[in-house]
Amino acid sequence: MSDAPVLQIRNLHAKVAEEGTEILHGLDLDIPAGEVHAIMGPNGSGKSTLAKVIAGHPEYEVTEGTVTFHGEDILEMEPDERSQAGLFLAFQYPVEIPGVSIANFMRTAKQAHLPEGEELDLFDFQDELLDRMKLLDMDPTFAERPVNDGFSGGEKKRNEILQMAMLKPSMALMDETDSGLDIDALQVVAHGVNALTEEDSQMGVLLITHYQRLLNYIKPDVVHVMVDGKIVKTGGPEVALELEEEGYADYREFETA
Amino acid sequence: MPENETLQDLGLDEYKYGFVDEEKHVFRTQPGLTEEVVRQISAQKEEPEWMLEFRLKALDIYNSKPMPTWGGDLSSLNRVLDDIYYYVRPQDKMEHDWDDVPENIKTTFERLGIPEAEQKILAGVGAQYESEMVYHSLKQEWEEKGVIFDSIEEGLKNHPELFRQYFGTVVPSEDNKFSAMNSAVWSGGSFVYIPKGVELETPLQAYFRVNQERMGQFERTLIIADEGSHAHYIEGCTAPVYSTESFHSGVIEIVVHQNARFRYTTIQNWSNNMYNLVTQRAMVHENASMEWLDGNLGSKLTMKYPSCFLVGEGAHGEILSIAYAGNGQHHDTGGKVVHAAPRTTSSIVSKSISRGTGRSSYRGLCKVYEGAKHAKSNVECDALLINDTSRTDTYPYIEIDERDANVGHEATVSKVGEEQLFYLMSRGMSEEEAMALIVRGFIEPIAKELPLEYAVELNRLIDLEMEGSVG
Repeated sequence: MSDAPVLQIRNLHAKVAEEGTEILHGLDLDIPAGEVHAIMGPNGSGKSTLAKVIAGHPEYEVTEGTVTFHGEDILEMEPDERSQAGLFLAFQYPVEIPGVSIANFMRTAKQAHLPEGEELDLFDFQDELLDRMKLLDMDPTFAERPVNDGFSGGEKKRNEILQMAMLKPSMALMDETDSGLDIDALQVVAHGVNALTEEDSQMGVLLITHYQRLLNYIKPDVVHVMVDGKIVKTGGPEVALELEEEGYADYREFETA
Repeated sequence: MPENETLQDLGLDEYKYGFVDEEKHVFRTQPGLTEEVVRQISAQKEEPEWMLEFRLKALDIYNSKPMPTWGGDLSSLNRVLDDIYYYVRPQDKMEHDWDDVPENIKTTFERLGIPEAEQKILAGVGAQYESEMVYHSLKQEWEEKGVIFDSIEEGLKNHPELFRQYFGTVVPSEDNKFSAMNSAVWSGGSFVYIPKGVELETPLQAYFRVNQERMGQFERTLIIADEGSHAHYIEGCTAPVYSTESFHSGVIEIVVHQNARFRYTTIQNWSNNMYNLVTQRAMVHENASMEWLDGNLGSKLTMKYPSCFLVGEGAHGEILSIAYAGNGQHHDTGGKVVHAAPRTTSSIVSKSISRGTGRSSYRGLCKVYEGAKHAKSNVECDALLINDTSRTDTYPYIEIDERDANVGHEATVSKVGEEQLFYLMSRGMSEEEAMALIVRGFIEPIAKELPLEYAVELNRLIDLEMEGSVG
């Protein structure tokens, strides 16, 4: 673990760009290299908004505060530049791209991550893709299916982890990756994430989840509780267990609305 | 983009594949369409009397028909038509040298991944076609099987009876104003005959016809697939119709006899000032099958509705089409299926993409005559809009005179969504790359039907077309 956090957020305020409703009200967060953090919170607390704002979703507008990644301000960067800088967002609701195979999609994404003028070696790519699919217990024919088109919930989430495994980010944001998964699928997904953090001990992970369940399989170093657009409590894994037993009722006082 | 080239460096800023060729010709008619011009064309081609009469009669029909008012905007076409040359005979031997082809054009070809041999043909230096060996071996195979694959002029000269038996029977001059015009001044195109029972593995590709008149403004193609034959014909290719002309009006006639199967593939990319008005139709007989695979990019206005007239029991017709309407362009395209016999089946799948101020219209006709019992037809048209300024319309005409028929129509319009773009961009792709990937995915159901090299070219073309689509 190095001292300077990979991801550092200070006093982050963000609103829905069109409506103007503020959702994040001055949020602070540090994620050092190699640590797994979890953000838990009730529905509507702004957890998913936080993930999208970090990844640069055009629906949100940052009105105040900073987000630095490896010491660099990323708020002015486009989503593709953030990705190329090593940030990855596993979507809560992965988007369908009809007619585009996973292999084709991954190849385009991998190519986009290479420096200008460098060409992806297709044989290496193919080997890597098959290797990563094996890690996630996926059938090789999966690569020929159109991205998320007609996928089950579990397949969509596994596809997200596959992309993460292929792009090897230094920081992975996982937005409700556990939602809609049965226990078997959850274990496969968790196994994949754990394998990746083992492989790269410097990778940071931010798990966004409503339930403690995921944290049985991916052990967080730090757990934050988020209510009404702010982090209201930070502690060890025990925080998650407390929440599991007592629910979010104790945190109602933080709600301003 | 590779290295630091700009679109301008590659000559891709405007019409992406256009270049102005120095005019070299041995004969051309005066501008405008007159009886004198028609007579000159016929005389130049040393045609039999019946063809001259056919042309003159077509000219009368052309003059008697009003300009169509449905479809695209043809209001400024008359001016164009008064100014164009209806016949320019190319030099008998092309004297262009590959070394004279501008460097930027060669670069464009390379970016498109077109094999060098084909590049030379496209650049008008076909006389140096290096794959002539390949061509000759194919030609030998075709000749042994009795296949005729000639220019339309040669067809008329060398196979007068066969030619006369079919010419103008699928698309008569009276069909529409532009089929009449084509019938009066046609020049260039292919004549193909596939004998009974002959199956061809290798597609017949128009660019094999080296040292012959290539497709002109008024191309005319006549194809006869005799009983039980099986073949695939490919016209043009994704790249480059190099033409500075502003008008193209082709007629393509195909006769598919009993139990035969025929596929006609064309992917064409026109310069942005071009009016592209084409009549292409197949007469499909008993238990025969016809497939049109038709892709159009560019042009100012394209009006093109590949048709299948299913006249024999159990005949099948299929139309797959892609239209890409860029800024300021209008593609009014679709397909026509006419069920005139029992148990005939048809399918139309039409995909259109509109970008910038581009407009794509699907116009389709499904007609089922009384007595065409158990006829079955399915139409699917999908439109993809890239920008807020893009437009699409659907004009499906369904006329059914038979109670016992099954006709389905499905239309979808989608816009490239913010969520899709964000998803792809969050994986590192630029907005343009993301758009291009979405578009390629959209046309994939049709692209996968193309021979591999054409599918690859089409995808590259789409990528080029999507450059600058953002903002």
